Amino acid sequence: MQTFRSLVLVSGDPRSLALGAQAVFEQLQSAVRQRGLEAEVALKLIGEAGPTAALPLVIIYPEAVVYGPVAPADAADIVQQHLAMGHPVERLQAPERDLGGRLAWLSARRGTLPAEQRILLARAGRIDPESIEDYILHDGYEALGRALTGQTPAEVLSQIEASGLRGRGGAGFPTGRKLRLVAQAEGEEKYIVCNADESEPGTFKDRLLMESDPHALVEAMAIAGYAVGAHTGFVYIRGEYRLAYARLEKAIQQARASRLLGPDLFGTRFGFDVHLHAGAGAYICGEETALLESLEGRRGEPRSRPPYPVTRGLWGQPTAVINVETLANIPPIVRHGAAWYRTFGTPSSPGTKLYTLMGNVNVTGLIEVPMGITLREVITIYARGMKGGGHLKLAQTGGSSGSVIPASLQDTPIDYASFARLGVALGSGALLICDQDTCAVDLVRVLLRFFRHESCGKCTPCRVGTEQAYQILARVAEGGGHPDDAASLERLAHSLEMLSNCGLGQTAAQPLRDLLRHFGAEFDAHVKLGVCPAGACALARRPAVAGILGVPISG
Amino acid sequence: MRAAMAHRANGHPPPAPPEVTAAVTAAVAEHGDAAGALIPVLSAVNRRLGYLPPAALAEVSRRLGMPASRVYGVARFYTLLSTEPRGRHLVQFCENAPCHVVGGRRVWEALRQALGLAPGETSADGRFTLITTSCIGACAVGPVVVIDDEVHGNLTPDQVEALLARYA
Repeated sequence: MQTFRSLVLVSGDPRSLALGAQAVFEQLQSAVRQRGLEAEVALKLIGEAGPTAALPLVIIYPEAVVYGPVAPADAADIVQQHLAMGHPVERLQAPERDLGGRLAWLSARRGTLPAEQRILLARAGRIDPESIEDYILHDGYEALGRALTGQTPAEVLSQIEASGLRGRGGAGFPTGRKLRLVAQAEGEEKYIVCNADESEPGTFKDRLLMESDPHALVEAMAIAGYAVGAHTGFVYIRGEYRLAYARLEKAIQQARASRLLGPDLFGTRFGFDVHLHAGAGAYICGEETALLESLEGRRGEPRSRPPYPVTRGLWGQPTAVINVETLANIPPIVRHGAAWYRTFGTPSSPGTKLYTLMGNVNVTGLIEVPMGITLREVITIYARGMKGGGHLKLAQTGGSSGSVIPASLQDTPIDYASFARLGVALGSGALLICDQDTCAVDLVRVLLRFFRHESCGKCTPCRVGTEQAYQILARVAEGGGHPDDAASLERLAHSLEMLSNCGLGQTAAQPLRDLLRHFGAEFDAHVKLGVCPAGACALARRPAVAGILGVPISG
Repeated sequence: MRAAMAHRANGHPPPAPPEVTAAVTAAVAEHGDAAGALIPVLSAVNRRLGYLPPAALAEVSRRLGMPASRVYGVARFYTLLSTEPRGRHLVQFCENAPCHVVGGRRVWEALRQALGLAPGETSADGRFTLITTSCIGACAVGPVVVIDDEVHGNLTPDQVEALLARYA
């Protein structure tokens, strides 16, 4: 395993380059070499580093010191004083006023990285999840009390809108707007439904939230109910999550016993109760209308929209379907205010995000960091680098319905706006990090196998399209590729995207497009040469073929 | 009206064996007989009996006053519900991308070889049923195999035999 003591990033966007970033980078490089620090210091010229007036920037991890604007002549001082002696160079540090978004956050955390920014996970691992007393001692139910006794529903709603909170289940819809639509809709009853059917491959953030801090979800649902005028909440939790179910069940019982759920909460006339409903194993039930069908006791087949659940949801009533992580943001927003919340993350994506790290890295697991952090930072700082000294080949963001991105995009800030610009889906927060031994064709084949299995079968473009795409990929991976296969996949991606009834089929197109766009050469090697460059596919295990072409075989 | 329709749809079901009646009674007592209770009721019966025999589906249809076709349709839709008998131990292998890229394929091959089963099959002695599963959210410790309710992570092919030996 190759680990560096320090990671030095130089901003290399067009403006930085115009201001001499290349020379800064080269001066740093030669100074590092001069002092014999090459084995300890990783130096990279990246793309855009973030919003700032102080270009070119030099960012040094793990101390998270942000220098800027840096001139080539400053390089020697930075290397000598900071990298060799360990004393950050005060006079070169970027002024706070010139930094925005994640750079401001980074700079403010000077010296404390790799610390996470824990808002949602603040209590995780610190309290007994089965004790309501423990939760209350750690600020629990304070936000609910404050909202109910000190704010009108409209004020709570405005506060959530002002925070800029967006749905963390994958789609990124503004939560405040969703709640307002439900508040304005007419119905005999209104419902808050928590989508806890976390089934996106590689995603386990909601499970850990529910297991470690179940009361936070209960409290958040009650606040959301108050904001829209709902008195009943349902948690639709996936059937496999037995421990999370048990902890939530206990939390609900405790809250009822402590009169934090039920009628007349906090001496007001507002009442709210939460019911648990376990799923029975179907990925599609994470789609909100399929979830509602399932909650009503039917096959989880998505409904036609419109009408949307905000006007006609559970049993035909206005319903807000909200992801677990999204809900968990609500109590802190109510407690500390929207302005506080906006100090984290980026302007387009305020707050923090939970990411699940997995794949070929040294440290896997769950982290909570501000929106806008880059993949390189995640891998270097939190995942402690690639396993076995490998190098990053690709990452899959957001589970199956996310994107497969090449290593060249690793310096893109992970937030809704930056990802949308690149046509990358942020998805649920899963980060599957893959090294050089991963084959893009094989990976996308596995993803399509998943979609093929999970397609509910209701609409033809999805049912047939996912099957067809899988068959083509399986054939290519076996060495039976055909010159028309790329065009066929392109066509299938188009019809999946345009014609599928719900998000499942639509997002199944994404990995196909990513494969052809970023890994076209690798795909062609399979089809035209009968070779898997990564040595992962079945055809690579036929040494005769690879041997003839003189391609080394590995894996 | 609804009950009458359900009765007609059912025809004349044979009387349910006592263990089936008991399982359905317990499930309805816990989850109620409203339409929304269908999936929790079927899940509870499935857990208790190991699968959903035709008599159980008929009994649920009768108790919930719901057409048998709808009960059957739901039972066939969800992967945690089975209308086929299963072995004493259910072996579920996660075949998703996160487990795949950290060596899942070799574990899968070892598992199939050790059990001598194709996915969906049950061993002749009724000990194991092998199925693949979608992600169960233990990706940080992949490759993962779930046996009954126990999750086994960070598996390597050579651990498979010893793991299976723990389930009689």
